[in-house]
Amino acid sequence: MTPGDTAAPPLLELRGINKSFGPVHVLRDVDFTVRAGEVTALVGDNGAGKSTLVKCIGGIYSTDNGETHIDGQKVNIHGPRDAAHNGIEIVYQDLALCDNLDIVQNMFLGREKRSGLILDEPAMEELAAKTLAGLSVRTVKSVRQLVSSLSGGQRQTVAIAKAVLWNSRLVILDEPTAALGVAQTAQVLELVRRLADNGLAVVLISHNMNDVFAVSDRIAALYLGRMAAQVRATDVTHAQVVELITAGRSGSLGLQPEEAL
Amino acid sequence: MTTENIARTPDTAPVVEAPERRNAVLDYAANYWRKVAGGDMGALPAVGGLIVLCTFFAIARPSFLTPINIANLLQQSAPMIAIGMGLVFVLLLGEIDLSAGFTSGVCAAVLAILLTNEGWPWYAGVGIAIVVGVAIGLLLGFLVAKVRIPSFVVTLAAFLAFQGVVLKLLKEGTNISIRDSQSVIISIENGYLSPLLGWAFAALVVAVFAAVELVKVYKRRSRGLPHAPFAVVALKIVGLAALLAVFVTILNEERSRNPLLFGSNKGMPIVVVIIAVLLVLWTLILRRTPFGRHIYAVGGNVEAARRAGIRVDRIRISAFVICSSMAAIGGIIAASQARSVDPNTGGSNVLLYAVGAAVIGGTSLFGGRGRVVDPVLGGTVVAVIVNGLGLMGQQSWVKYVFTGSVLLLAAGVDALLRKRTN
Ligand SMILES: Nc1ncnc2c1ncn2[C@@H]1O[C@H](COP(=O)(O)OP(=O)(O)OP(=O)(O)O)[C@@H](O)[C@H]1O
Ligand SMILES: [Mg+2]
Repeated sequence: MTPGDTAAPPLLELRGINKSFGPVHVLRDVDFTVRAGEVTALVGDNGAGKSTLVKCIGGIYSTDNGETHIDGQKVNIHGPRDAAHNGIEIVYQDLALCDNLDIVQNMFLGREKRSGLILDEPAMEELAAKTLAGLSVRTVKSVRQLVSSLSGGQRQTVAIAKAVLWNSRLVILDEPTAALGVAQTAQVLELVRRLADNGLAVVLISHNMNDVFAVSDRIAALYLGRMAAQVRATDVTHAQVVELITAGRSGSLGLQPEEAL
Repeated sequence: MTTENIARTPDTAPVVEAPERRNAVLDYAANYWRKVAGGDMGALPAVGGLIVLCTFFAIARPSFLTPINIANLLQQSAPMIAIGMGLVFVLLLGEIDLSAGFTSGVCAAVLAILLTNEGWPWYAGVGIAIVVGVAIGLLLGFLVAKVRIPSFVVTLAAFLAFQGVVLKLLKEGTNISIRDSQSVIISIENGYLSPLLGWAFAALVVAVFAAVELVKVYKRRSRGLPHAPFAVVALKIVGLAALLAVFVTILNEERSRNPLLFGSNKGMPIVVVIIAVLLVLWTLILRRTPFGRHIYAVGGNVEAARRAGIRVDRIRISAFVICSSMAAIGGIIAASQARSVDPNTGGSNVLLYAVGAAVIGGTSLFGGRGRVVDPVLGGTVVAVIVNGLGLMGQQSWVKYVFTGSVLLLAAGVDALLRKRTN
């Protein structure tokens, strides 16, 4: 599938999503489309609602209204398990790892492999090691290390490995490079590209415009909980995206003044 | 569910650098040391403390290490250990059950009434007592997980209420002695394996342990995963066998002053077998099943557990159910020990000693860290202190102050470890 092939229904399509926390209306009528084989960058200022949108997709939060379509079929995602069943894997901004468990245990958490009633530790350890090797992770001493003993970057890598371990169709990464050094950032971006080239749909949340333009096919800009615009990366400039992020519009793109209130 | 996403990539560098061909045993030791230095001390503090205490008391009072005293020690600590094992599940979640002591009292009272007053067979009495424990656990768990009252408050309320329930069941303070037609309940704490059966039991334990360890090494080796060197595994097996041999030999000695006059008293107390079986069963569940893994996950990071699709409420409720049903078993053992049930069964220090046992053994009060073996080790430490100071003729206040200090020491170690890993 080539980027921009619009004949097939998009892998994920959100329509008119609203989400409030009590009186705080965080997401307003958000439409969001993600295609297989593409990297979709989700950008927006701090507090724009990016993480909230991701948690709605992952079933962590329930939405107030709006529809979720996968492969053109309407689905109801009520929890993380539903999301996983639909092939959605998310690397959360706060990583969500258990410090008291080791790398393997974290990667398989909630989906442990077993033989009979008993955990199949060797099988899980082997798969975990393979996955990490695929991510070219060389810095961890042992996959049986406790996560509490890992550096920020290593934890980030474990969280990513956890998401790509499963045969997922949509991988969402919420600021995956925020804690990483130069070399590891490049590695993660390369991985993001590779996943999309392998036919997966990837959503990348980032505040770094260079990263966004380096890997993404499409850019979706959230502004104060509204989807300001969703455009092809090749159709816009850095400056336009920055304007979409900070003002919600850029020329004819984005929210019109009366909407943006 | 495979690694396909990644397997399609060309780069498959090994994660773990191939170990240089050094002495495998030395490597293993170095690894272990790194773990200990990193704060994962496991059973070391409790075992070390136990050795120090036993040496001290053995020198101060030679009667401490006599077979009869050792058997006594094991029998005395059994109820506390059983309750402590259940508490580990609740403590692992970062919760507490202050009512476990009186839960054991309520269940013991139910047992006594059914057996002695109603003449039920022992298995029915035991069954109902455990069912009562399960029901109590469901109630506590529901209030904590669903209604979201802090466990400290829920179980403090239950602590007070169950105290009243015991009084009501025992008609304001009568004492019901345990009587069942075959004396099965009495023999839990007062019956012994024949010397031969004791040896058979020890042999079975060693055989199972050896099989489990060897299969583990074999499985890991066949997948090319790092594994403990055979020399270490062999050493562990021989070590356990030697330890059990000494243990069984001591317990098989005649403890009666005059076997002809007072009857023979030798062999392993049956309650030791029961504790051993419970230890293996709960360890298996906690360390080798998804359920056990989820207990650790919820205790480590609730949000991560929830996002992994773990049903956190169910895990919480199950932990309280396990705790209360183990308290019921502790109550049954206590009833057997005293041969009767009174309003004090499960009262006074029982709960505090059980929590102390778990913490001294290495279970964290902050949640996320602990094993079923902890209350066994810690409970033995508590029993040794109480028993040893008693033999030395120390007054009660010394026992309390000393036990309290040991508990504080263990909790201090726990807090320091936590500070270091954060
Ligand atoms: N659980 C919650 N309860 C109440 N308000 C919340 C909650 N979670 C998020 N919000 C609010 O929703 C808004 C959007 O937050 P969100 O975390 O989605 O932003 P973001 O775009 O991910 O920002 P950042 O770039 O800083 O990660 C913020 O104003 C935040 O205060
Ligand atoms: Mg965010």
